[in-house]
Amino acid sequence: MLLYTVKRFGMALLVMLAVSVVTFTLMRLSGDPAAAMAGESATAEDIEYVRKHYGFDRPIPVQFWDWAAKALRGDFGMSIYLKQPVAQIIIDKAPVTMKLGGIALTFALVLSIPLGVLAAMRPNTLTDRSALTIAVIGQAFPSFFFALILIYIFGVALRWLPITGTDTWLHYVMPAVTLGYYATPAIMRLTRAGMIEVLGSDYIRTARAKGMLPGIVLFKHALRNAIIPVVSLSAVQLGFMLGGSIVIETIFSMHGIGRLAWQSIQRSDFEMMQAIVLTIACFYIVLTFLADVLNAFLDPRIRVH
Amino acid sequence: MAVSRSFNRSLDASEILEPSPAALMRRRAFSHYGFIIGGGFLAFIVVIALAAPLIAPHDPYDQNLAQRLIPPIWQEKGSWEYPLGTDGYGRGYLSRTMYGAQVSLLIGLTVMLISGVIGTAMGIVAGYFGGRVDMIITFIITTRLAMPAILVALAVVALIGSSMTVVIWVLGLLIWDRFAVVMRSATQQIRNLDYIAAAEAAGCSTRRILLTEILPNVFNALIVVATLEVAHAVLLEAALSFLGLGVQPPTPSWGLMISEGKGHMFFKPWLIAIPGVSLFVMILCINLMGDGIRDVTAPENRN
Repeated sequence: MLLYTVKRFGMALLVMLAVSVVTFTLMRLSGDPAAAMAGESATAEDIEYVRKHYGFDRPIPVQFWDWAAKALRGDFGMSIYLKQPVAQIIIDKAPVTMKLGGIALTFALVLSIPLGVLAAMRPNTLTDRSALTIAVIGQAFPSFFFALILIYIFGVALRWLPITGTDTWLHYVMPAVTLGYYATPAIMRLTRAGMIEVLGSDYIRTARAKGMLPGIVLFKHALRNAIIPVVSLSAVQLGFMLGGSIVIETIFSMHGIGRLAWQSIQRSDFEMMQAIVLTIACFYIVLTFLADVLNAFLDPRIRVH
Repeated sequence: MAVSRSFNRSLDASEILEPSPAALMRRRAFSHYGFIIGGGFLAFIVVIALAAPLIAPHDPYDQNLAQRLIPPIWQEKGSWEYPLGTDGYGRGYLSRTMYGAQVSLLIGLTVMLISGVIGTAMGIVAGYFGGRVDMIITFIITTRLAMPAILVALAVVALIGSSMTVVIWVLGLLIWDRFAVVMRSATQQIRNLDYIAAAEAAGCSTRRILLTEILPNVFNALIVVATLEVAHAVLLEAALSFLGLGVQPPTPSWGLMISEGKGHMFFKPWLIAIPGVSLFVMILCINLMGDGIRDVTAPENRN
């Protein structure tokens, strides 16, 4: 178990390094940081001055080494636009996004696991088909369109929920539903598949033959084994939600990392963009690492590989 | 006596007529509701997209400020001249929707081709060679999965400048991961089968084995992923255009139309409802068709 964890951890670190290299290079090659910093009305001399001053004329590997060395000490540079340390800004805005992701994932799990279990208990009946239909329809909606529909129905027509901002927990309802709905089909399908497989196995039949209550059979024995891949998938979906939060946070004007990313992109704030991509990638890598370890912990067969 | 005679007659194997595998698949295909509905409707959309220059009532770029924001035909002020209404610049929504289908399909298909070539190559190579090559390619795939596609796409497009070509290339170079993962696992499944070993023993070059032995046998999985990735690409392009970093105005992209209409959303909901529903229908049909192809070609993969 320990060896598995250590191996996975090493892999996670390597991936993080690779992600930072790729994003750094990608951004340096796609645009000119000096021109972005100098602004729109800068002359060629101004841009050259900025380039020399900030060291953008050095070869890219040198620039990356410099950035990485500072990053390891926690210094992610200064935001070009906001003139404040990047790390601090991200730490300030992170809680909103994490709250949003957490509530969205909870909503997705609360919706999809019961649906999946229900569908698995009655395969190929109306219940099953309706659940699968909900899954298929859920995958077809663009998230921003779904968000706009929710805003129109619940924010404007019925006036039940607030549209923008993050002041109360009610503000999180619509964004979380929009974000979570996208993960629902995948989790539901996986739960259903896992449950169908488990419910057909021998030990479940034994439990039922022994006379165990159906509820205990379902939850204590069947669901616990079927849920293992769902844990892994949930972590991955949470990672995807961090990426999808850009659109959602922008529509609902929430002060999270997603909206910060969008604003930095619009303002060509290189340092911030680099740090945000790394932060989100870092979250994703940590989540998948935790999911792998949790998976191995719950299912000993995985550790043998 | 006639009865016992027919019982005594033995049945020759050649008299038993079984449908050929192709006929079996055709039968499965045409009894699969999802495939029929999805595929049929998608064919309809494709026909409209291709025929848009012929059947669209107005030029989608034609602004007519006197006819701005006319509601569609089912509201009181609607008229048959603009059956789906007009947008804020007086452009007919029916025409814009039809041309928007062209844009979505074009981008979806080209992105699918680019990412398909990259992902399939990586997946097949990783699955066939195994060992260190597999480790390296899996590492590359994991790295790519760690970076959210939409974030990277936004950043790069913002830096380079947005146009249809840039969007197609950026998306194509980003979303090959599902191709790679599926092709890798499909190749691994057939890697150790006898006919591959036979080809190697016969002295076939690696390139020949990959192209003539492996590729045709993973083709089923490839078609399924390719179909689903078209839908993925359409969704991503719509999101990029919605945020203003995709196709540029005045090109009629459905995501762009939603973005342009969202300012008037509360009193003129058709401005976002029509392109939104079009996107939903197109993606639903593509997904249904992809699921249908998977069920038809490999029913054992159905969950």
